[in-house]
Amino acid sequence: MTTPTMAMKVLRAPRVRRSSTTFLISAVFLGVVTLAAIFAPLIAPYPPNQVDLLNIQAGPSPAHWLGTDALGRDTLSRMMFGARTALLAPLLVVVFSTIVGILLGLLAGWRGGWIDSVLGRIFDVIFAFPALLLAIMAVALFGKGLVAPVVAMSIAYAPFVARLTRSLIASERSRPYVAAYRVQGFGGGFIALRRVLPNVMPIVGAQSTLNFGYVLAELAALSFLGLGVQAPTADWGAMVNEAQAGLIGGYFLPALVPAVAIVLVVVAVNVIGEELSDRIGGEIPA
Amino acid sequence: MTTFRRVAGKLGALLLTLFLASLLVFFSRFLVPGDPVSFLLRGRKPSPEAVAQVTAQYGLDLPPWQQYLNWLTGVLQGDFGRSLQYRQDVSEVIGDRLPVTLMLVVMAGTMIAVVGLTAGIVASLNRGKVLDRAVLIGLTVLGAIPSFVGSIVLIAVFAVQLGWFPSFGSGEGFLDMAYHLVLPSIALAIVFVVLVGKVTRSSMVEQLGREHVEVATSRGLKRGTVIRRHVFRNSIGPILTVSGVLVAGLLVASSIVEAAFGLAGIGTLLVQSVDRLDFPVVQAIVLLIVTAFVVVNAIIDVLEPWIDPRAAAGAGAR
Repeated sequence: MTTPTMAMKVLRAPRVRRSSTTFLISAVFLGVVTLAAIFAPLIAPYPPNQVDLLNIQAGPSPAHWLGTDALGRDTLSRMMFGARTALLAPLLVVVFSTIVGILLGLLAGWRGGWIDSVLGRIFDVIFAFPALLLAIMAVALFGKGLVAPVVAMSIAYAPFVARLTRSLIASERSRPYVAAYRVQGFGGGFIALRRVLPNVMPIVGAQSTLNFGYVLAELAALSFLGLGVQAPTADWGAMVNEAQAGLIGGYFLPALVPAVAIVLVVVAVNVIGEELSDRIGGEIPA
Repeated sequence: MTTFRRVAGKLGALLLTLFLASLLVFFSRFLVPGDPVSFLLRGRKPSPEAVAQVTAQYGLDLPPWQQYLNWLTGVLQGDFGRSLQYRQDVSEVIGDRLPVTLMLVVMAGTMIAVVGLTAGIVASLNRGKVLDRAVLIGLTVLGAIPSFVGSIVLIAVFAVQLGWFPSFGSGEGFLDMAYHLVLPSIALAIVFVVLVGKVTRSSMVEQLGREHVEVATSRGLKRGTVIRRHVFRNSIGPILTVSGVLVAGLLVASSIVEAAFGLAGIGTLLVQSVDRLDFPVVQAIVLLIVTAFVVVNAIIDVLEPWIDPRAAAGAGAR
């Protein structure tokens, strides 16, 4: 459980490691998906909600590379537009939960004492609520859509980031370099924010990257349940939901395409997150 | 004496967490701006009797802390109020749906235990070899398949294409229900196998490198005996801890699987109650899931020293 000091890591950092092939493939794949999401209005062959009743449940063809759904809408175009909510919402959750988590973790780890105990107790209570359950409860309170779930998931994930930050900060605090800064007369706030925090950021960042995959899957599940993004808006989870009725009739493609896309993105994010944390060399404490 | 104090301490922490969770579940309603009667009766005709019913159920004319105490007193006696959509007691509505979810979770839990433990043990005994890597990659891939994706793939392949299993409903009677729940429980188990598998592997690998294992081997004990009595037994602690964390995930993810397979369980009831703005039912289910999670983890926490005496002596005794 002893983590080597950050200073040691910087010393042995120059050892350049080649990225693994799976890492590169994952990064390129995520890049392509992101670009497709950003430029969807320019590159999508059809508008996402263009209904073509003469062409329903069509298989792949030159006109529709990934076929069409039960309303004749082009699956590829819907995938491109759907990537926007599928990626943006988890990104917001990760950004919010990381910022809040780091601030609370810093506060708890740096100040210790009763603040640490109170925050620890609050985190314990939030841990008792699985993220998806908290998101469902938020929808029950504030209505369907992504706003309430994004806020709820941010609250659910912040304690994970906070607990990690707290344990890293607490072990950094006792290191000689912190004492050295103190002797030089730097204030506690300056040392914590400008000198200690940057040292723990890489590990926290790797953890947040992994969180992105979980959040993406959970928000997609929420839309699959019909509580997140609402039809007819194109979203990967909502697309699986809409295409579910066609499964019995043997029309698998409209459901499988978004489903496989979700799995691939989650795998890619996990590969990247795990390799990042390997590179930093710090094990993410459980 | 120390055991008693330890258990009492855990019990205190458990009750405190449950108390705070109940505050969160109850007072979440107060975050919604506006009149509580119209919040609770969203999407319904605020008929005088409906207004009277929710006012009485929540004691809306009382101060908030009084409302909470009344609600909590009811909950402790198993009274979660009345469902707005069914005009039935919430506890009855939940009771009707409970068997399917319990069965689903038990079946999935069994699969997770069997597959996860097997994968972890096989991988650890072949550490560094091809089989180890294959198992790890397999687990990682399974871990990236969300329950709803697993559900639709299983429906497509085994229900629609092959026709081996039903794709909808939970059947009649015990055996028929078990048969109907095969695909759902696989879909539910998929994501969680990776956790048990990986923790089993790492905890076994850690034990395999220990001196006491070498000593046991050099004493001439059979490899099977060493693995069973000296390696696996010592690895149970972390595995149990992870299993406890799984409980909440299983209960929540079961709502996804139930929705995909059209099962009348707690999960579909939760989603449907959110959809039909039946807040009392939502509140009750959220509280039940959280309670189940916290209680199971507390039990595991308390039991651990009996299974693994080193835990009682503290980590330093390892």
